[in-house]
Amino acid sequence: MQRREFLKLLGAGALVGAAPGAAWAQSAGAYRNLLLLIELKGGNDGLNSVVPYGDPAYYNLRPRIAIKRDEAVQLDERTGLHPALAPLMALWQARELAVIQGVGYPRPNLSHFRSIEIWDTASSSERYLHQGWLARAFAAHPVPGSFVADGVIVGSQELGPLAGGARAIALANTEQFLRQARLAAPAGGAGSGALAFLLKVEADIAQAASGLKQNYAFRTGFPKGGFGDQVHTAAQVIANPSGVAVVRLTLSGFDTHQNQPGQHANLLGQLSAGLLALRSALQELNRWDSTLIVTYAEFGRRAAENSSNGTDHGTANAHFVLGGRVKGGLYGQAPQLDRLDNGNLAYAVDFRSVYATVLERWWALDPMPALGAKFPVLDLIRA
Amino acid sequence: MSTNPRVARNSAAKAAEIALFAFGAICGTFRCLAQRQAAILSLVLLAGTAQAAGMGVDEARLLLNRTGFGATPQEIAEYARYARTEAVERLLRGARNLPRGFGPEWIDEYQRPGALRALSEDERKAAQRVQFERAVELRSWWLTEMLATSSPLTERMTLFWHNHFVSSLQKVKSPKLMYRQNLLLRRHALGNFGELLHAVSKDPAMIVYLDTATNRRGRPNENFAREAMELFTLGEGNYTEQDVREAARAFTGWSIEPETGEYRWRPFAHDGGAKTVLGRSGNFDGDAVLDILLAQPATAEFVVAKLWREFVSPQPDAAEVRRIGARFRDSDYDIKVALRELLLSPGFWAASNRAALIKSPVDLVVGTLHELEISIGDPLPFVLALRQLGQDLFAPPNVKGWPGGEAWINSTTLLARKQFLQRLLRAQAEPADSRGASMPAGPASMSSPARLGMDGRERFMRAAAAVRLDRSAWFGRLQAAPGTSVERVLLAGDPARPVPSAMPEQELLRQLLLDPAYQLK
Repeated sequence: MQRREFLKLLGAGALVGAAPGAAWAQSAGAYRNLLLLIELKGGNDGLNSVVPYGDPAYYNLRPRIAIKRDEAVQLDERTGLHPALAPLMALWQARELAVIQGVGYPRPNLSHFRSIEIWDTASSSERYLHQGWLARAFAAHPVPGSFVADGVIVGSQELGPLAGGARAIALANTEQFLRQARLAAPAGGAGSGALAFLLKVEADIAQAASGLKQNYAFRTGFPKGGFGDQVHTAAQVIANPSGVAVVRLTLSGFDTHQNQPGQHANLLGQLSAGLLALRSALQELNRWDSTLIVTYAEFGRRAAENSSNGTDHGTANAHFVLGGRVKGGLYGQAPQLDRLDNGNLAYAVDFRSVYATVLERWWALDPMPALGAKFPVLDLIRA
Repeated sequence: MSTNPRVARNSAAKAAEIALFAFGAICGTFRCLAQRQAAILSLVLLAGTAQAAGMGVDEARLLLNRTGFGATPQEIAEYARYARTEAVERLLRGARNLPRGFGPEWIDEYQRPGALRALSEDERKAAQRVQFERAVELRSWWLTEMLATSSPLTERMTLFWHNHFVSSLQKVKSPKLMYRQNLLLRRHALGNFGELLHAVSKDPAMIVYLDTATNRRGRPNENFAREAMELFTLGEGNYTEQDVREAARAFTGWSIEPETGEYRWRPFAHDGGAKTVLGRSGNFDGDAVLDILLAQPATAEFVVAKLWREFVSPQPDAAEVRRIGARFRDSDYDIKVALRELLLSPGFWAASNRAALIKSPVDLVVGTLHELEISIGDPLPFVLALRQLGQDLFAPPNVKGWPGGEAWINSTTLLARKQFLQRLLRAQAEPADSRGASMPAGPASMSSPARLGMDGRERFMRAAAAVRLDRSAWFGRLQAAPGTSVERVLLAGDPARPVPSAMPEQELLRQLLLDPAYQLK
């Protein structure tokens, strides 16, 4: 009996030894695949990002702010990208960009706060949950303790999908974080109850700080501006060898109620420049094939333009998934502009299907702990 | 602790008097008389020993920090002389129901919802800036009340009810309506829960926040009915979806006047038909349904459990919640009865519940300013600090309010808290002009002054420069307060990092404020 156990142990050891570089892979497990989330905060206008330029109803609903037919960057005979997203055509042609149309949920809530909470906690419209969907996933399938953190939040204070128990570190840039982190030098002592919890958060900060020491000199040039800085910081975090399961970036300003066209073009320009820099940096680190980039937002915008050259809060939305192992193409359903509900688009893909795809196809995890129910997955990841 | 026998005797006699008065308030019926006689006897006996029964510095600190926001060395030393009962009675008796100061001068201005839509773009931008400035002023007003009040318990309970009967400026928009709601919560903060429930349900800010005005006969909106059951009274699991639907019909007709924002009853929108709610049937209106909810034992226990989490520990003691809940309901929902029971329950004083609660941002910001007796000018930096730390007054995140407890703390907020404290300490060591720039706590608060326009940053710098901590005066008062020490005043329990003996004052303050235990109360 003892001998058999011993042999088993030996066998397992031999297996690890057999594959070069497998020790890290083994300890990192599912999470050697990185998830990089980009929040388009305020509610990106999906209809002017992924443009149904072949649908006359689109031009009737948006006589002033629609993307002109000849300006849309064509993806196929009826769907095109906003011209500011033209740089993404390099990824589209390489079939590394998936566009999912009609992402939403039943009985949508049009409040920024409530709807992003629904997205972050993967709840239904009526249920209030406090724990983020990734925090639930990581509670069931822990991220290796050697990682810098479960997730690093760049450019926002809100933990979003990592709220409620995940080892999440929020930082603006790594140097500033390392400076601040000295305020949380671990006490080393033990405590109970609330004090134990605080000591754990301090220890998380200290661990992240020790894992983020390395400053990688990228050949990639990063775009100027806030989002470019975020992308640079994210790349620095990923370049550190300690590992991280999730990085979340936030591009704000999408609540375009008035004078949308100029602002929106600017934001999408920052987004596409940032995405291209990310791809280049990840390729430099040899991580492009093990990174999945997914955009999300609290909602899309109303199908019709409003009277201020802008759009009001809406429902279903288009989102982007990018990476070296993404099966490029169009997914979901083109907007059904003739079947609006109170002026809003019906959804075709539950946002939790996108999450289920990440959990099942990217990390090979059971989605139940995070999502509480089965949602169909999208076949957009190559093995 | 007092060496003056006259003072001790007086306070002992007063303790008996107050306790008797309290007992009479709880137990006013004829049947109680015999018990009352016995109580008089025992209290007279107790009064004779009250000097010895002074609760001491640690218990005084506990009581003052849990019922208010921080406590100065003198306050702690004063309360250390009282017995628990006397101290609790003092707090309850001193409760106010009006604010100290007036709201901002524009506070009675009301703008019809959607008024901005008619404006040109430039006008709208200007109007939005005014809105943002006014939101800051409204928050400054409350923060000032919290700092200057003679009844911190009233402020804590007003904040408690703000987080129970949630409305948010984010949706309500009108500072006037939010201000009026605050006055209402304050008026009833330590009054009667039933009256508070009826009043806040017809409060215009609440009507806007929970869509009550769109709930009409034949076209019900269940928002208010659901939250009234789930969050205000019964708690989840104590009602059915059918109860929600029926109750929603009863609440039809409650509305506001769009031009003035005043409450308005609309009889034609009301569904006068028969309803069945929680097993009772009748042609109920909204008030009748609220009375049905108040008659349920679950309501008293739900509120008491929440008070337990606010004042005692994160895990309510089920038996105590039942006992106190019964007293609360028997008193016809006298909030002071529930608080008295709670604050005098063994659980409140239990050693295992010391340092068991995590400070809210308000605890941290207002508490630190108060206990270190830091003087400030314009409260702007502290309004913004509260926002950055996750407790933007008048704007809880959703109808469930701030979840509190461990949810207050993550790597960002913990570091932001420490940075805030570190910068507060700097408010004495350096000359004002070199320190002005260091007060803002991180990137979030830097972008907020920017929203105040061109002079926002300058205003912020001026406000930061006016912050003063007079360290030597504070240590002087500490020494004059018998039985206190810097550690016993500032920390609820042992520090996580042992404090070396003979540390310079400045270093000692810094180490204690940055200790993880400082985040606890």
